[in-house]
Amino acid sequence: MTGIVALYIFMLAAFTGYEIIAKVPVILHTPLMSGSNFVHGIVLVGAMVALGGAVTPLEKIIGFIGVLLAAGNAVGGYVVTERMLEMFKSSGVKKSGGGH
Amino acid sequence: MDSAMDTPGIFSARLLIDISYFVTACLFILGLKRMSSPVTARSGIVWAGAGMAVATLVSFLYPGMSNYELIIAAIVLGTIVAWWSGKKVAMTDMPQMIALYNGMGGGAAAAIAAVELYRAAYANAAGAPVHHSTVVMSLAVVGGIIGAISFSGSLIAWAKLQGVINKTLRFGGQKFVNGALFLGSLAVGVIVVLHHGADPLHVSLIFGLALLFGIAMTLPIGGADMPVVISLYNALTGLAVAFEGFVLDNAAMIIAGTVVGSAGTLLTQLMAKAMNRSLANVLFSDFGSGGGASTTAVTGSMKSIEASDVGVMMAFAQKVIVVPGYGMAVAQAQHKVWEMCQLLIERGVQVKFAIHPVAGRMPGHMNVLLAEAGVPYDLISDLDEINAEFETADVALIIGANDVVNPVARTDKSSPIYGMPILNADKAKNVIVIKRGQGAGFSGIENALFFLDNTRMLYGDGQKAAAELVNAIKAVG
Repeated sequence: MTGIVALYIFMLAAFTGYEIIAKVPVILHTPLMSGSNFVHGIVLVGAMVALGGAVTPLEKIIGFIGVLLAAGNAVGGYVVTERMLEMFKSSGVKKSGGGH
Repeated sequence: MDSAMDTPGIFSARLLIDISYFVTACLFILGLKRMSSPVTARSGIVWAGAGMAVATLVSFLYPGMSNYELIIAAIVLGTIVAWWSGKKVAMTDMPQMIALYNGMGGGAAAAIAAVELYRAAYANAAGAPVHHSTVVMSLAVVGGIIGAISFSGSLIAWAKLQGVINKTLRFGGQKFVNGALFLGSLAVGVIVVLHHGADPLHVSLIFGLALLFGIAMTLPIGGADMPVVISLYNALTGLAVAFEGFVLDNAAMIIAGTVVGSAGTLLTQLMAKAMNRSLANVLFSDFGSGGGASTTAVTGSMKSIEASDVGVMMAFAQKVIVVPGYGMAVAQAQHKVWEMCQLLIERGVQVKFAIHPVAGRMPGHMNVLLAEAGVPYDLISDLDEINAEFETADVALIIGANDVVNPVARTDKSSPIYGMPILNADKAKNVIVIKRGQGAGFSGIENALFFLDNTRMLYGDGQKAAAELVNAIKAVG
């Protein structure tokens, strides 16, 4: 990928992120922050490549820490976001249930 | 297995990886989009999760990879610990948990930068030919610095919200020291870029100074401002991931990191705006020090009331507005409060919940906590919707909230919270404040609302008080 194409990707992705968040109601700010926290867990694939290419012991140690932390970011981010959003799903059901 | 990687296999593995990353990027963006509406939110995280799973699996196919056993061991270990801690954490502690996972992401981005930079440094020291271009080296350094700051800063934010660190460290010339740490890290980074990696000591120095800066920058920030800071670090981690994505030529990392970087920046601004503070003000001012000496003396006295009287008052009211705060969630009172509200609704009382943008510990946190208790979200109103309604409310029940209902934010220009949008609970005919004791709020500022003529204090633990109110309303019959 050439530098200028990478720059275009950067620009378009930045506008995409802005647009996605701009219309979000306040009630979803915390789950969404948690969700975006999960999304940057994609650093895991970079950490895997870094450790996969590590040769010296120092590279291996740092790479191992990187993969460990990245996996924690991705998995932890998913679990807490999913737990939070799970609570929002049955609101309609509870509303009709409360009126019996 | 090796034969699949070699000769024609390299092409197909690479193509499969590229296509999978493309699919992953689409799933991330669609997932985030779905997360921006309560109806589709849950499916959004599942979509994004599927994208992550695809990207992780195909990354094992990278040509020329080794150390598979180390990679798998690290993933398994990280997964087990994060899964267990994520399932276990209480909803009230969610903000610091997000900070912790976010710090891990920043640390991982810094680790990628460290591997690349140490490799370049050792190659340079051994006189090997230059491997990376100046642009790539610069991106590795900047991403590494940002990731390291996000890592150490997020850990401090976690420690503060968790109560591990409860002191706010401030000393004279602190800003000068912080500035020196940051500029020092950057300066060594420039040397490393210009000298194609310089030597390993320089690389260590970049990360050492950046880590120290993250700590030093976060320590002086008060607990009330921490959500804004966590959101900022979230955006920074995204940016660091994007930069390291450039270094590794990895489009999935560039796109996902950049989307989070810009979305996180906007979210940070929205949060700061909800507190009527600029981001610079949050990061560099001494707000939240707990002094509160600048407030003018509040006149009048606090008048207490019994739960049975409050029960009668609410049972015969037309409209009750509940203003919950983080204190309610800490006392685990939200279930009892909702039980109380259901009793009132059965009696024909109109009940609404008024949520301040920064109720709980970050925007939307209180909505999550109420949703956990089963409160339907159409009973929950935000500040703009509800503020005009307080004048028509018979009772405003404040439980665990403090600064967000303090009328001095409207009236007292000398107050540190002057200008912060507040819920106008003081305009209700009767204001009932459930409070454990007579202390000041999270910001340390005395609350003028407690001293008004139409305010009565119901002292006690939030959960116990709510239970008493349930019994009192039942007793009315």
